[in-house]
Amino acid sequence: MNAETIHNNPTGRKRFVTRARGLGLFYLILAIIVLVWTLSSGSPQALSRLGLGIILQPPPVRLTIPTQPSLIAIGLLLGVIGLYALLRSPSERTTNVLLGSGALFVVLGAIIAAAADKSIDLVGLVKDSVRLATPIMLGMLAGVMCERCAVINIGIEGMMLTAAAVGYMVSLYTQNMWLGLLAAVLSGGVMATLHALLTIQFLVDHIISGTCINILAVGISGYIRAAFLLKNPFGAPGLFPYVFQGTPLWDIPIIGTILFQYQPMVYAALVLVPLVWFVLFRTPWGLRTRAVGEHPRAADTVGINVFKIRYVNVILAGCVAGLGGAWFSLETVGHFDDLMTNNRGFIALAAMIFGNWNPLGGAAGALLFGFADALNFKFQILEVNVPYQFIGMLPFILTMVAVAGVIGRTTPPAADGQPYRKQ
Amino acid sequence: MTFALEMRGITKRFPGVLANDHIDFALETGEIHCLLGENGAGKSTLMNILYGLYRPDEGHIFLDGREVHISSPTDAIRLGIGMVHQHFMLIPVMTVAENIMLGTEIVKNGFVLDQDTAAQRIREISHQYGLEVDPSAYIKDLPVGLQQRVEIVKALYRQASILILDEPTAVLIPQEADDLFTIMRELAKQGKSIIFITHKLGEVFAVADRITVLRNGRVVGTTRPSDATQSSLAAMMVGREVILTVDRRPAQPGDIVLEVRDLKVLDDRGSMAVNGASFEVRAGEVLGIAGVQGNGQTELVEALTGLRPTIAGRVSIDGVDVTNASPRRISEQGVAHIPEDRHEHGMVGSYPVADNLVLNTYYRQPFARGAILDHRAIEEHAWRLVHEFDIRTPSVYMPASNLSGGNQQKMIVAREFSRPIKLLIAAQPTRGLDVGSIEFIHKRLVQARDQGVAVLLVSAELDEIMSLADRIAVMYKGQIIATLDATQAERATLGLLMAGVTSHGA
Ligand SMILES: Nc1ncnc2c1ncn2[C@@H]1O[C@H](COP(=O)(O)OP(=O)(O)OP(=O)(O)O)[C@@H](O)[C@H]1O
Ligand SMILES: [Mg+2]
Repeated sequence: MNAETIHNNPTGRKRFVTRARGLGLFYLILAIIVLVWTLSSGSPQALSRLGLGIILQPPPVRLTIPTQPSLIAIGLLLGVIGLYALLRSPSERTTNVLLGSGALFVVLGAIIAAAADKSIDLVGLVKDSVRLATPIMLGMLAGVMCERCAVINIGIEGMMLTAAAVGYMVSLYTQNMWLGLLAAVLSGGVMATLHALLTIQFLVDHIISGTCINILAVGISGYIRAAFLLKNPFGAPGLFPYVFQGTPLWDIPIIGTILFQYQPMVYAALVLVPLVWFVLFRTPWGLRTRAVGEHPRAADTVGINVFKIRYVNVILAGCVAGLGGAWFSLETVGHFDDLMTNNRGFIALAAMIFGNWNPLGGAAGALLFGFADALNFKFQILEVNVPYQFIGMLPFILTMVAVAGVIGRTTPPAADGQPYRKQ
Repeated sequence: MTFALEMRGITKRFPGVLANDHIDFALETGEIHCLLGENGAGKSTLMNILYGLYRPDEGHIFLDGREVHISSPTDAIRLGIGMVHQHFMLIPVMTVAENIMLGTEIVKNGFVLDQDTAAQRIREISHQYGLEVDPSAYIKDLPVGLQQRVEIVKALYRQASILILDEPTAVLIPQEADDLFTIMRELAKQGKSIIFITHKLGEVFAVADRITVLRNGRVVGTTRPSDATQSSLAAMMVGREVILTVDRRPAQPGDIVLEVRDLKVLDDRGSMAVNGASFEVRAGEVLGIAGVQGNGQTELVEALTGLRPTIAGRVSIDGVDVTNASPRRISEQGVAHIPEDRHEHGMVGSYPVADNLVLNTYYRQPFARGAILDHRAIEEHAWRLVHEFDIRTPSVYMPASNLSGGNQQKMIVAREFSRPIKLLIAAQPTRGLDVGSIEFIHKRLVQARDQGVAVLLVSAELDEIMSLADRIAVMYKGQIIATLDATQAERATLGLLMAGVTSHGA
């Protein structure tokens, strides 16, 4: 057997820039930026008011804290974390804790800065973050399912876009939202089948195939819009209902807002994240999927059908991406716009990498991106006088650093993107 | 009598190669049957057919007298055939238990992986055959010897009664190989039938009950160890007399070519693999580095060839400082490198043989004019080396990964010897080679030395070191703990030194 060896560290070099050191440097720079900015531009008297839900008024439950001192404290904490990671070479596990707590401080700092001289409703912010994270989360799951069996899928954006268009069209013409949802899921699956055929059967480069899917999706959805949606014969079908509206759960203070005031796709994502994790790491199917992603020939020699594993995973991933597409047209906006998925499919891949190809970590990444989106909206509404573009960019900077291999020890499945031929 | 396995008239053709030519092969129940043959003789092909990875063009397979059709590994597994491949089929990032149960998982509650029961069964197998493995360890943390054990347990877990071991000892240190032989004998005693492929004739006499020799895809004959000698087997394999000892004149050392001072290098996990090693190699001598594998030899060679950064110390070649220089710069200083891991550092599997033969010279005359490659020159060069080094391939345009393991190694050696060099760094240069090829490469090493090349030879085979080296440096825990003159070095002393015992206790 002359199997080509599959290795993800071709040089075997030991990096001087370790994960902990990169992380430390990153947080240290961040700490300096926070401190310099706070001391140079904030007014010492400013107060940040953080509310806990609008429905509780009156009396409003509010946390009022002095902006500048708290930001300085956060800056210092970040600095300590940075220095510790930089100088003490902590273990893998400690590094994770440092990464997590640092991210938490960054989020906190962003909120406090945003609320300077104003008030921000924390509960609403959490709710918006979860809602906006949903398509990213679903796309991330699709990405994880594909890449865990070594099929790279950059066509998730296209799958979501097609699903958004087809789903909306069907729901418009049948006047039934649930048939629309079914159509969205199926159309995502069909696009994924195409990707599977190209990459698994015809050994087309995965990136090229994914790009084709994306271009094709723009065409298909544009055509659907022009041909079927612009001169629409029926009234708009509306949006998915709120699942718990009218139940007592809806009205529970704080908890109700954070947990029970969403539409179905949010819950679909929240259920699928642990489900996909469970399947991947606790069932025979998942074990085989991961084996195929790491070393397909080894899987083949114990009698696993590499092609079947890949087809099923990729097609199901397309269906999950279809759910993400439905979030746009059927759950959030209520009609279809060209390019309405707005690159969320690519951000989903960033979340996947951020989470190191693990659905749980990926979900955390998706929430972080959702939070950045939510915060950006808030900034625009509040007309906050901070470089909010900068704060909005933070998750992406974090991801780029992660992708560059410095912060997250990102290790894709060893055979990711490689074609498999039977001998 | 019926055999556990009988293969009759097996024929397999690859484009341009008749890899198996009407092979008849029979395996008795409970025997250890050794399969010998030159590189490219067709051993792995025959075994891959038995395991369902290749389909034979002709021939029949019988198990316990009944004809069977094996068209996939699933069939083979079902029929009780297990195979430990020449290149391990393990997933480094998964645990031992996960690797072993993959494909035949045990579940609880209908669909949840039952790791505990699997671990329990693995422990039972370990116990029954004396194959200790920790089910919860990760493959990537295990030394090769243990990984191989996992492969064997993997086969037994699937209730294999016929076990194929394809060159299992190529990657083992002598101690590990001895452990493997003990295990093999135990398995045979308990009724397993074993096919054992090796190039090391000594091992044949240590474990084999019967021996079948292949040459050019055909069976030359079957014999018993009691009826054979090392040289008779070598002659059967190669078809001529092979000289098993190297014959050479005393070295005439010249100026220092390679000088290494206080070198420190980290391994992949960040711990000190080479810890202040100092030595020099002179023109016209062979310095052998002896030592149990894993004492820093790999990292040392990688640092010397520019594949791994050093953290302290100095390396100079002909007085030029090349510490942390790029591999190309080092190579242009006249350094040739035969790497230990040929797949990772030695070749590009998907490139044709011809391109692999100019991997480090393609940008120069006569292979390139400016930025344009001269394919005629490359092809002629390739055919010349293929003949000179006896690389068995139907064409120089065959992808290198289609060559047999030993022929891949010869291709790398040919490339490194095909240009003027001052220093040759050879790490396990004859791993996986047949006796004929070993003889040839040993001759070339000595020839290079006699022409004034400085040779650094790193080998896990003490015999190889003792028969080639002029001076022997023993490496232990990242340091050179002793350097001996080869004429004065004795096996026993070297053995002790390799275990870290220095006579004066310092
Ligand atoms: N997939 C393949 N495609 C084309 N030719 C092949 C393929 N696999 C093997 N061969 C050729 O078949 C012949 C037999 O190869 P095989 O791997 O069986 O040899 P081997 O006896 O195992 O040698 P070694 O001791 O070097 O491992 C070689 O000439 C090899 O080049
Ligand atoms: Mg072989």
